[in-house]
Amino acid sequence: MYLYDQYDQRQVDARVEEFRDQARRRLEGKLTEDQFKPLRLMNGLYLQLHAYMLRVAIPYGTLNSRQMHALADIADRYDRGYGHFTTRQNIQYNWIKLEEAADLLADLAKVEMHAIQTSGNCIRNISSDHFAGAASDELVDPRPYAELLRQWSSFHPEFSYLPRKFKIAVIASDTDRAAMRLHDIGIQIVQQDGELGAAFYVGGGMGRTPMIAPCIKDFVPLDRLVTYAEAVLRVYNRYGRRDNKYKARIKILVHEMGKDEFTQAVDEEFARMLDEGIEPPFAELERIRTFFEDPLFEAGASEEIDRGDPDFALWVDRNTVAHKAPGYVSAVISLKPVGGIPGDATSEQMRLMADLAKDYSFDELRVMHTQNIVLPHVRKADLHALWTALDGAGLGAPNLDTIEDIIACPGLDYCSLANARSIPVAQKISERFAANGKTEALGQLKLKISGCINACGHHHAGHIGILGVDRKGVENYQLLLGGSEAEDVSLAKITGPGFDEAGIVDAVETAADVYLREREDGERFLDTYRRIGMTPFKEALYG
Amino acid sequence: MRILTGNDLKTGAVTWWTGQDWSLHVENAVDVTGSEDEIARREESARRVNVPYAIDAELHEGKPRPAHIKDRVRALGPTVRPDLTLKPADPDIGNWVI
Repeated sequence: MYLYDQYDQRQVDARVEEFRDQARRRLEGKLTEDQFKPLRLMNGLYLQLHAYMLRVAIPYGTLNSRQMHALADIADRYDRGYGHFTTRQNIQYNWIKLEEAADLLADLAKVEMHAIQTSGNCIRNISSDHFAGAASDELVDPRPYAELLRQWSSFHPEFSYLPRKFKIAVIASDTDRAAMRLHDIGIQIVQQDGELGAAFYVGGGMGRTPMIAPCIKDFVPLDRLVTYAEAVLRVYNRYGRRDNKYKARIKILVHEMGKDEFTQAVDEEFARMLDEGIEPPFAELERIRTFFEDPLFEAGASEEIDRGDPDFALWVDRNTVAHKAPGYVSAVISLKPVGGIPGDATSEQMRLMADLAKDYSFDELRVMHTQNIVLPHVRKADLHALWTALDGAGLGAPNLDTIEDIIACPGLDYCSLANARSIPVAQKISERFAANGKTEALGQLKLKISGCINACGHHHAGHIGILGVDRKGVENYQLLLGGSEAEDVSLAKITGPGFDEAGIVDAVETAADVYLREREDGERFLDTYRRIGMTPFKEALYG
Repeated sequence: MRILTGNDLKTGAVTWWTGQDWSLHVENAVDVTGSEDEIARREESARRVNVPYAIDAELHEGKPRPAHIKDRVRALGPTVRPDLTLKPADPDIGNWVI
């Protein structure tokens, strides 16, 4: 994985000291909250429902064990012994004290981490495929390109005050595991006539106006990757609306201009920029690429897995994914125990995952946007030992991509923007399906819950989505069906009137039962919904 | 009734105006109807509270209880982590929120 050079480290260290001074002046009353707020937000420090909340960036979701250990230590030293892995591959701490925040950031900087650009109207942490570098179906490892864009976008003076926040995802396979087309810019590394390039999808997003990004350029040569991204940002920065925050995202601009006019504006800007020398030397991309070379996989690693223990066999079937190297898999550690809080991990669990990564996965971990953790490179021969350790720590739930593997935002339990609680609904649904035994029969069923219209829980992209709303001071939940964040991307549609907390759990089971009744051979829930439409579900839900 | 809330500047903890000081416990809050702006200005400028604002509340068993669920969650702590709320020993505390 990428290691900081002297420039990276110097910039991060300098930012810590700058923030230390800003926090000191705030505590001494030399800055008002209005003056301080944008400064703390630039360093990822929010004031949330109960306390200050710090969002730490995990670039493209990649961590080493030393960094995971540091995150655990921070949870103990500065928070309450746990952290929350988010739907953009970051981690959040919920109970931070302003008077300790600079020390926390200094501890993060010691392990090449920071919280810069995890808030504010700037380019946020760049996300990617959590199986990058391991997936059997990828063209190349997308992370060098994500890292190049991370370096380009960090502290970019032109893009520090965009009309609104800006999110980029980079993938390199036809299977989309990063919700690429639901980002402001989605980049897919592709091959054309033997040459690698980047397809640009621009103007996707969730939130109150969900949109799927159209492809505005199907091939940009890799030695023009940064220039083209900068052209997109320049057009957005110039024409994006600043008068209404709800219409300020690039998706609104692309929609209002139309894809063709927007693309023309980008292409004209791109043409003007070609002589400006913005693109970093190709040698820099090559330098970055050397940090992402394959680990030394064992030649001839055994393909055998002893499936004698049925619980272990179930975990292998559900939570391991094909790897490009023979004898290896990527293993998913579920942070969704039955009745648990999706994405939460205690400091002890973080330390265990870090140690297991060191022992079994070449010292590497990934954070999934689905709020689970991946050990990307595990020998099949080591799986039983790995599972045994995980299961003993409450991390062995065999539920990847099942109805118990629920994405849920923090919701009203933690978030000052939320209108309803998400986590209790997720807990009750996972408990319901663990008890009724339908999980296995349902197969792949992606359920996503947001506590407000901002859609941090990706409800628009759920095979089943749930949106919490405030109905005259009472929590109410809308049910949506038919969304997907994957390569078969689609936006979910609302079934009808909402439900109370107990009713939404029943409604999810009712929708699941319609699928079980109507499905044809090989169909997932999403396939059946797309074939039969909304009507049978509405009839079952509302009579 | 209206009660005044904010966050402790140093720790970020949720606090409530008691008439003389700031408390972590909403049941210590007092009615500030009509004087909320003046108190908020004074206390914020003295840095005894961060971003104070008034909310609607009602008396519940003789003690103030925020009218809106968001403020009740804020007053208590996350309902999904009773061990982290201000009343971790009360198994029925979730009912207070709902």
